[in-house]
Amino acid sequence: MSPLSSADTDAAETTEEDVNASASALVAELQSALGDAIVGTEVHQGDAWIRLSPDSWLAAARTLRHDLGFDYFCFLSGIDWMPSAPNAEDAEAATVDVDVEAGDDSDAQDAAGATPEEAAPQLSTEAAQEQGWETGVAGGESRFQVLARLYSTGRKQGISLKADLDDEEPRVESWVSVYRGADWHERETWEMYGFDFVGHPGLRHIYLPSEFEGYPLRKDYPLLAREVKPWPGLVDVEPMPDEDGPGEAGAADGGEE
Amino acid sequence: MAVTQERQRLAYIAAQAADARVNVELQTEEMTLNIGPQHPATHGTLRVVAQLDGEEVVWADIVCGYMHRGYEKLTEVRTYPQITTLVNRIDWLSSFCNEVPFILAAEKLMEVEAPPRAQYIRTILFEMGRIANITLFIGSMGADLGAITPVFFGFRDREYVLNLIEAATGGRFHPNYDRIGGLKDDLPKGWIDDTKATMARIRHYCDELEDLLMGNPIFETRTRGIGVIPASIGLEYGLSGANIRASGVDWDIRRDVPSPLAWKDLDWKIWTHPDGDSFSRFWVRFQETREATKMVDQMLDGLPSGPIQAKVPRIIKVPAGEAWVHTENPLGEMGYYVVSKGGLGPFRCKIRSASFNNISILPWLLKGVYVPDIITILASLYFILGDIDR
Repeated sequence: MSPLSSADTDAAETTEEDVNASASALVAELQSALGDAIVGTEVHQGDAWIRLSPDSWLAAARTLRHDLGFDYFCFLSGIDWMPSAPNAEDAEAATVDVDVEAGDDSDAQDAAGATPEEAAPQLSTEAAQEQGWETGVAGGESRFQVLARLYSTGRKQGISLKADLDDEEPRVESWVSVYRGADWHERETWEMYGFDFVGHPGLRHIYLPSEFEGYPLRKDYPLLAREVKPWPGLVDVEPMPDEDGPGEAGAADGGEE
Repeated sequence: MAVTQERQRLAYIAAQAADARVNVELQTEEMTLNIGPQHPATHGTLRVVAQLDGEEVVWADIVCGYMHRGYEKLTEVRTYPQITTLVNRIDWLSSFCNEVPFILAAEKLMEVEAPPRAQYIRTILFEMGRIANITLFIGSMGADLGAITPVFFGFRDREYVLNLIEAATGGRFHPNYDRIGGLKDDLPKGWIDDTKATMARIRHYCDELEDLLMGNPIFETRTRGIGVIPASIGLEYGLSGANIRASGVDWDIRRDVPSPLAWKDLDWKIWTHPDGDSFSRFWVRFQETREATKMVDQMLDGLPSGPIQAKVPRIIKVPAGEAWVHTENPLGEMGYYVVSKGGLGPFRCKIRSASFNNISILPWLLKGVYVPDIITILASLYFILGDIDR
């Protein structure tokens, strides 16, 4: 038994600018390696994001793993950009949410195939843009995005990857052939969001019972407990006596001390 | 090293010989062995379905989700300060370590930074959480292999640390102590001296446990060469923390990722081991416990004075944006991908927990091992059910 240890653990003094610079250099390198596969990038606070075209999702992973040294698979998940109103203050978003649930009770939980006419306009991307849906960093054009994070232990840099998926039939190629660890994460994402991972060896439920219907992390999947009884914590966001209201700028100025 | 290899070689020959006898003498029929969901070796509600040919595993499937609580959905209907209560319950043996990356993610989006004293206290409690968590691992690993004494030692040592965490935070198991921009309270009077005494005591107990387990031939035979994970496979599955350092990968988020916490100011060492087997995973964790006690000592000596809370609004609204913050938790990499739309709560919060990735390697790793080794491998990978099921 030999106590082998790392070399020096003196952490290099890195400032925010240095970190951003190295992330930008990484993005530039990926841009030259992946070319047209990249449709959007962003560097912010030392983190790098890349939005890939959905068709090149698997090919890009291969390049990242085999040519660029991204050997560590961190996670894979999804985002649903449909607005919902968990907090009472988002009033206009709340009406959207209620409409969708009302028009959509029977089908929201079905497989991604059939979509009722009533619900379709609200769920589609065009409607999204009319209502001012906003997707996050590195942009986006659709309701669903697949999100993954990779890391390179050699360069000690990580990258967040996104790809836009179709609103009606969210589908993307599976990463299992490149990163074996993607297996469980894709099962989880399939279960929670209903994304279809083409080429996955067996998409079955991982957390939920096998007879479970619906995709719980989609924004149009109601959290029933909350529908029945409002969260008592909402009391906390009522305006303080000396403030105008939780949504006002005044609230942000008044520090506790 | 030479001694080790010789021992491994002999164990291998003995195993081959035993295998040959079984194959010649017995007609074996495949059977399915169900371990769990309620089984002491699974430390909670994890189910392992193993198809056996004699004593050998042909394939194994892991069934989890018996304790799934849907935290990712629940975070969408909570405000930021409320979420620390939820994430406390992910890895419940070192709850404070779950709060830190989430609060850091919110602070990153708000561009708020806690004062240095708060960062130090956070790091101290983080490392104490690591000690509490891993001493229990050392005990339970012994218990799973048939040595009952270490588990009592482990529980006893952990209690000293938990008492200190309780004294500082008010919560023995679920501190709920981290706040956006700082901490709930400052440390109580006399706490620093008590902690120093306890750290010295823990180092002494580490020596005791080392005597109990490391030289033990049964322990060595049952762990050496069992469940070997090559570094490249481990990385592909997303193994992190001590599990991947035991495969020779020199990677620790505390050192490699810039963070406002106090690790950058400390003099410490990252332990790795080249073998990748169950023994090396145990060994690396053991060294990390000792290293953590030394880090706590250093931080107590260098604890800055000053405020523990930065100025933040009374009602926390986080500006729109996305942030990914990860830390090196006792079980491995724990991270939060927080998407904010400027509201009181996150729009989406992906919780990347270490154990989920760490055990996703099991179907690959259990192929071809013998039944008693399933228990060794489960114990050496070290998972917390709440960290798998979230």
